[in-house]
Amino acid sequence: MLLMQDVASLFPTGDPQGPLADGPFVVAAIIKILVFFVAYLVTVALMTLAERKISAWIQDRRGPNRTGPFGLLQPVADGIKNFIKESTKPGEAEGLLFRIAPALAFMPAMVTWAVIPFAAPLPTPWGLVDMSIANLPVGFLFMLAISSIGVYGLVLAGWASNNKYALLGGLRSSAQMVSYEIAMGMSTIPVLLLAGNVSLSAIIQQQQAQGWNVLLLTISWILFVIAGFAETNRLPFDLPEAESELVAGYHTEYSGMAYAMFPLAEYANMITVSALATTLFLGGWDVPFTSWDNTGPWTVLKTLVTFAAFAAKLGVALFSFVWIRWTLPRFRYDQLMALGWKVMLPLALAYIVIIAAFTLALEAAGLRNSIAFSAALFALNVVLLFICSRVLDRGRLISPASPRARLAEVERLRERSAVARRYGGNPSRQREVDTTPAGVA
Amino acid sequence: MNAPNVSGMLMLILPEVVLSVGAMITLLLGVSGADAGRSHRAAMAALATAVVGVVLAIGMLTGAPLAPGTTFIANDGFRWTLTALLCAGTGAAVVLTEAYDRRAGVARAETPALLLLAATGMTLLTAARDLMVVFLGIELMSLATYVLVAMHRTSARAAEAAVKYFLLGAFSTAFLLYGIALVYGATGSMQLEGIGSAVASGAKLPGLLMAGVALMLVGLAFKVAAAPFHLWTPDVYDGAPTAVTGFMAASVKAAAFAIFLRITAEAFAPLLADWHPVLWVLAAATMVIGNVLALGQQQIKRVLAYSSIAHAGYLLVAVVSFSAEGATALVFYLVAYTLATMGAFAVLVALSDGTDRPLVRQDLAGLRERHPWLALAFAVCVLSMLGFPLAGGVGFFAKWQVLQAALQASVPQQTLAIVLVLSSVVSGGYYLGLIAPAFMQSPVPAARPIPAPPTGVRAIAIACAVVVLVLGVLPSSLTRLAQRSAPSAFAGGPTVATTIQP
Amino acid sequence: MSDLSRYFFYLFSLLTIGSALAFVTRKGPVPAALWLVNTMFALSGLYVLLDAPFVGAVQVLVYAGAIMVVFVFVVMLLNLGRAGDRPDLRGIGGQLTAGVVGAALLALLLAARRGDAVLPALVPSSTSTSNVVEPVAQLLFTDYLLAFELTSIVLLTALVGAVVLAKRRTAA
Repeated sequence: MLLMQDVASLFPTGDPQGPLADGPFVVAAIIKILVFFVAYLVTVALMTLAERKISAWIQDRRGPNRTGPFGLLQPVADGIKNFIKESTKPGEAEGLLFRIAPALAFMPAMVTWAVIPFAAPLPTPWGLVDMSIANLPVGFLFMLAISSIGVYGLVLAGWASNNKYALLGGLRSSAQMVSYEIAMGMSTIPVLLLAGNVSLSAIIQQQQAQGWNVLLLTISWILFVIAGFAETNRLPFDLPEAESELVAGYHTEYSGMAYAMFPLAEYANMITVSALATTLFLGGWDVPFTSWDNTGPWTVLKTLVTFAAFAAKLGVALFSFVWIRWTLPRFRYDQLMALGWKVMLPLALAYIVIIAAFTLALEAAGLRNSIAFSAALFALNVVLLFICSRVLDRGRLISPASPRARLAEVERLRERSAVARRYGGNPSRQREVDTTPAGVA
Repeated sequence: MNAPNVSGMLMLILPEVVLSVGAMITLLLGVSGADAGRSHRAAMAALATAVVGVVLAIGMLTGAPLAPGTTFIANDGFRWTLTALLCAGTGAAVVLTEAYDRRAGVARAETPALLLLAATGMTLLTAARDLMVVFLGIELMSLATYVLVAMHRTSARAAEAAVKYFLLGAFSTAFLLYGIALVYGATGSMQLEGIGSAVASGAKLPGLLMAGVALMLVGLAFKVAAAPFHLWTPDVYDGAPTAVTGFMAASVKAAAFAIFLRITAEAFAPLLADWHPVLWVLAAATMVIGNVLALGQQQIKRVLAYSSIAHAGYLLVAVVSFSAEGATALVFYLVAYTLATMGAFAVLVALSDGTDRPLVRQDLAGLRERHPWLALAFAVCVLSMLGFPLAGGVGFFAKWQVLQAALQASVPQQTLAIVLVLSSVVSGGYYLGLIAPAFMQSPVPAARPIPAPPTGVRAIAIACAVVVLVLGVLPSSLTRLAQRSAPSAFAGGPTVATTIQP
Repeated sequence: MSDLSRYFFYLFSLLTIGSALAFVTRKGPVPAALWLVNTMFALSGLYVLLDAPFVGAVQVLVYAGAIMVVFVFVVMLLNLGRAGDRPDLRGIGGQLTAGVVGAALLALLLAARRGDAVLPALVPSSTSTSNVVEPVAQLLFTDYLLAFELTSIVLLTALVGAVVLAKRRTAA
């Protein structure tokens, strides 16, 4: 009985809108970690399926559809396959590092999630539970710090394999990540300038008050997204594993589940970067066009709705990741470096100066925290975007959507696809019927 | 946390602002305009910057009475006199490096820019009163100098020297930094003033403080090349481009001594009894080792390297004296030493053939017939380093001042004075060995014809010699300047020196 | 210091010391570098315990995330990483010297503590605040403005030096 009382005294019920006592805080943290862990792994698994489905859709295929309804069990089948395969290790590889490298690739992505707020606080009988695993006062820096060590997994995998392709892949990944990390960090400085704080919840509050940063700091957002792609080693930045040049890059020597950890880490990173983009630029869990969700008293409904908003934004970001992968070709190595150092970094630095000066001017004009402040920033971004794309760039980096081929060539291609469509899109039947020899036009 | 007094601060660090802005302009000149003459234009800009620095410092010195500085930056005669001296040394180094690099075919705009950046750090060291600023100044000076040593990239000897200098320099910086950390831990202050008062009021952690002071002294001794921390000096001075060696021997050493004196005077004065014996031994060892080892050297730059170690010993005697007279002697000696060193190295630059072949004594043979004025200038500068009366000009009075300071210190340092005199006598052996071939031997035909020395180099050599001679006739003007230039800590007359155990 | 912080302090201290020992005793540069990364992590844990989360985060960001990555990159680029390739430069004499110096420093720190039952509170007790960057920024841009600007010049010098020494030689 005494024990029961002791335990109960550790969990005092209190004001649902007030802070938690120590006991409920620890328990809530453990529950959040467990739930997050399961949800994250499931999401990563589903992400592999989503990628294959979306790529199939983009390429006019069907994608996996045999295992389970709509192929939903495909990740499970993949997992079983990977687990029962032998995990080989080259004789000359560095044993321990070779083994822990896949884990090192996966972990930072997961750890970053510890600080991301994914919903409005949840009221419980014991007090208000923060809907982030750890609401750190230095959340933003924590995220930068952890993402900066994500490179070790790839580098060590490449080095420990004792294989020239793997080593080259590792070298490329470290050069690429170091270069784009700087651009990434610099692109987020304007966000901090507006928020005046480095805690992610403060950044979300700022966006609730002033509007989403994607509108206020558009160029930052663009830079962040590009750097995010580079940090996750996704196409068009997948040079570390460029299969046409390096066999499979840093994971050439891996097999079985150890190999599977690398693609999984890539998806985990995608989810994390998407969550960061959501938090920093898309308002986090803020529901747009209403201030109902911005302030207390907090209710369970608010938590659910804001979580849905967060998940929706995350989904859009993830979809763009896949979309871009199946749209753009890979950069050449020198192009990659030139883009990072000669375009993105100077642009980010210039943008910091411009935003700082502009905010200072607006504050001097007494416009802080008003609609006019947001409107002025938005207008500034429109002007800057125009300058960047039309005056500075002139079609060198941002290519126009109009075709580059000669018009006659385009016409010929259109005709061919029209013919193909007439015969139900089956290329083999088309080949039987289409008697026009290729290249006559 | 009040808003900083920016304009007041800017006045205090005006030389640093001028020098660093000049460095950036120099860098920009190095990448703009026609390819031909880029490095020359950059060097001219750097020279102009250094001249502005000299004028500025002299203006501050002769202008209105100096306002008290801040806890970060001092504003006293010591700062401005040495700033003028360092800027002048930098200007001379700019001319010398340009001539030397041009002859070697590797002239580039970064060299003068790095000289100016090093000068920024050095002038800062004359004024720094906060250990953070001290550290940044030392790093700025050292980083730029490491690169300057390595500037001739095709020379294997320069590369070796640069690596040695960099590694040992980084090592000594680590000592210094660890010492700073411990001193901060013991006193709770980074400011020399705050450390001084914390120490005077009885340190809470005497062991920690002692360890910190010891490590800081080791770091500083590395920088001034005091024995037994001098081992890097001969190799680095020998391998570095001759003009850069001159810069290191004259200006870098002067800056290191400036901060050495200020730290001991302002922060560690109450601990005099503790560090005094250590520095005493260092000074004696440095004088003896430098002078004795110089005797056996054949290469001129190595001789001058050991000579510079010996001079570090003489300067340490001035620091050990720890009085206003000692500080005066230090400033006086630094002026004389800078003039003599720059003059001697200007002659060496004039004699170099553009390869990195080490200069030996034979290269001086018959200098009197080839370049009589240069030969005379060389003789005057070397005799000045020796401290020869009359012909050595101001060098004699510099040594005289140090001896006076040592003997008149509150606890007279007779032993050190005797060591100083005896080792100076020894130094005559190698200094005269440098002059003798220039005047006594007939020229040997050079393997590679040496082009006529550029006007700038000749002008510096002769100007240094002339100033050495003129100040040798009128030493009192320099004495008056040096007396105005003791750090403000000594302004209150003889300090706590009474605590020394004789 | 609450009990929990005390346990964490010992945990992170042991991690720091253990990793640092492993760092100096490993033969291969890459494992040694990784142990150093581990040391940096554990150190940042100690900073957080000292109520300095900003310093902790920056410690990881700068040392583990930037400097050590570049270090590993260079080791890999020069392909120096394998321990077996070359004999250990640190002979028995070097190891002994290092051990003696380390022991001397340890003795020194212990001696420094001698006679002081309680360390004086030199660290100002911090007030907990929701904005951990602002106090740092305040100091940095007022009292330490000079040091801050100087650092930028030091970095400029390092940058110029690195470029000058590493740049591919072109026609002068």
